[in-house]
Amino acid sequence: MNYLDNSATTKPKQEVLEAFIKVNEQFYANPASLHALGNQAEDLLETARKQLKDLLHMDKVIFTSGGTESNNLALMGTAKSYQHRGRHIVTAQTEHPSVLNSLAALEQQGFEVTRLSVNYAGEIDIDELKNSLRSDTILVSLMHVNNEIGTIHPIAEIAGMLKERRIIFHVDAVQSIGKLTLDPTAMPDLLTLSGHKIHGLKGSGLLAYTGVELQAIQYGGGQEDGIRSGTVSVPNAVALSKAVRLAQPNPQHHQWNQDLRQFFSEFKGVKIVSPKGAAPHILAVAVKGIKGEILVSGLQKESVIVSTSSACSSKSKDTSHVSQAIGLPREFKDGVMRISFGAFTEKQDIISLKRAFQRVYRMIKGV
Amino acid sequence: MKTNQILVRYGELSTKGKNRSSFIGRLRDNVRQTFSDLEKIRIKAERDRMFITSDDEEELAQVIERLPQVFGIQSFSPVTACELDLEAMKRTAEAVVAKIQDTDKSFKVSVKRPFKEFPHEKPEIMKELSSHVLRAFPDLKVQMKDPEIDLKVEVREEAVYMMAEVIQGAGGLPVGAGGKALLMLSGGLDSPVAGYHMLKRGVRLELIHFFSPPFTNDRAKEKVFDLAEKLSQFGSSVNLHIIPFTKLQQEVHKQVPDNITMTSTRRMMMRVADLVLNETNCRAIITGESLGQVASQTLESLQAINAVTNTPVLRPLIAADKLEIIETAQKIGTYDISIRPFEDCCTIFTPANPKTKPKLEKVEYYENFVSFDELIQEAVAEREIIKFPRVKVNQFEDLL
Repeated sequence: MNYLDNSATTKPKQEVLEAFIKVNEQFYANPASLHALGNQAEDLLETARKQLKDLLHMDKVIFTSGGTESNNLALMGTAKSYQHRGRHIVTAQTEHPSVLNSLAALEQQGFEVTRLSVNYAGEIDIDELKNSLRSDTILVSLMHVNNEIGTIHPIAEIAGMLKERRIIFHVDAVQSIGKLTLDPTAMPDLLTLSGHKIHGLKGSGLLAYTGVELQAIQYGGGQEDGIRSGTVSVPNAVALSKAVRLAQPNPQHHQWNQDLRQFFSEFKGVKIVSPKGAAPHILAVAVKGIKGEILVSGLQKESVIVSTSSACSSKSKDTSHVSQAIGLPREFKDGVMRISFGAFTEKQDIISLKRAFQRVYRMIKGV
Repeated sequence: MKTNQILVRYGELSTKGKNRSSFIGRLRDNVRQTFSDLEKIRIKAERDRMFITSDDEEELAQVIERLPQVFGIQSFSPVTACELDLEAMKRTAEAVVAKIQDTDKSFKVSVKRPFKEFPHEKPEIMKELSSHVLRAFPDLKVQMKDPEIDLKVEVREEAVYMMAEVIQGAGGLPVGAGGKALLMLSGGLDSPVAGYHMLKRGVRLELIHFFSPPFTNDRAKEKVFDLAEKLSQFGSSVNLHIIPFTKLQQEVHKQVPDNITMTSTRRMMMRVADLVLNETNCRAIITGESLGQVASQTLESLQAINAVTNTPVLRPLIAADKLEIIETAQKIGTYDISIRPFEDCCTIFTPANPKTKPKLEKVEYYENFVSFDELIQEAVAEREIIKFPRVKVNQFEDLL
């Protein structure tokens, strides 16, 4: 199998799995327990946390179950905590459902949400963002890299602008971490990360933050400074810390991306959806008049695994909200497929994809 | 242009006459110990200032970050060197002034020119540099007397040196210059702050902690370790003596009525501390007591407790308010450790109604029935001694 669906999830690295097993075997005590074993587990947990803080250049790290929980906590926790200051939040139309739906829930509670439009490339207009800010705006939430088409938002620039206005800035970096770097001198106030997108484990993620007071959205024994109750999974925390440390950008992704763009541009009726300058590890393309799922299953027969626009939305029948927002022409809207690279992607996978696509294309067009 | 040196101005010790060289030597040793993890660092202590040099930028940044914790330093300044060329000097002057946060301040340039062959005279250098800097930062106002920013320029044969930024040091005296004393460290808020005040006056610390397993647990001990680690960050290492205190504490409870166990327990602690003090060449006992804070800290209690020893008992917080103590604890980073909620030797066995005005004669009378000497000696003999800062081994390295 040639696995090219790394933006949906990745295969865990061997080192990460080994660490996970070892911690389960040797440091299984509850880090909140008073006895020596608990103490040891706590030491390990705090060492993992410190490593993450250093790697991410953030002051605090709360361990969560993944990107969705981190986004929920970031938005709900900030909204609850700062609602005395204002009840207006800004985001973009192309954010992940965990952000959009959290904000929809906040709207039900009386918050106001502005959803910025994007251009054909998925980019927001910075002036539109500036104009949307009001005296009661408390929070802006944007993703670093779009999960469906790879558009990159200029985080450092926006962070600087929002800092001046003392508006809290949350960045969902689930798709970018380990692939793109963030400027350590212009970090956002809140940062979401997920383990399984960077060859870590499903069910592990974190919310890192600096200078923000969060309120809990989940109640219990007061773990994680009371912000995220529930026994902390030390093995997950260690595995996540290791996965983040091992995550490295791969310069070849850029080459392969260029290579595939060239390749797809030679087919009639194939549109490259990912804009120029998008993240190198995500490439979305669409075939005119052909449903994405037909491409996916066609390529799968040839042992190549890609996905429709995103794993989260691929089961719903509606057209992806990102395709809508970027104004993809109707004949392409249903035909988007997403190719995404990871640390285990090799040149052979790209070659196989090209061959398979040629065959599938010919077959489909022949029908 | 290169910043590879820090000029350190001595604190109070500049005035200390004959002891001067030993003070400077002590400060040099403390600085060396503070930065023992930095490999490329060189330290040169002169009569009225010290130079810390490293060609590694990371190391120098570390020095700037950690130096404000070292006692005996009034202030320090990063020094930037450049070549003997007027244009290079202008660029350097601009860069050096740019490091200072607010530039709407009063300003002057002062020049020393020991290298007389340099083709430009002092007034010319002053004029050229100040007009260049003023053009770059139009908000600066020239003021010759006591300016807020004094750009110092020294033209030497090998290079031109410049500095302007002045970073405040911790003040006080170099730790160790004032001898050594034994701090009773409970794990609460006050005792680390008391230790900090004595460190600031140049006193080296030995630490003593009373541990009562199973009534106090490993977490409480860990807390004391973390406090000891903090107290070892001010230029001098410390030893922590952990006294097994359970037997003594239980014996006290057997012998004396409930409402004076607290007084009696503290007297036992004092007696133990006295023995440790003798073995470690300390000259005084330090406590975090603050008048009226709790039952054991009334004048009557202090008198009854103090009666067991002739050793000076220093109580730097005796007149401090709780809020002041908390503020200092936050500043020195012990607050978050101290507030961890674990029982310590002072909070367990606390009677419901301890006497706030215990009578010395009564306490002595009840203690009289048994000799505590043996238990005290046993506790001292069985103590565990740990040196801080602990050598940090990352035991989890292969996991992370």
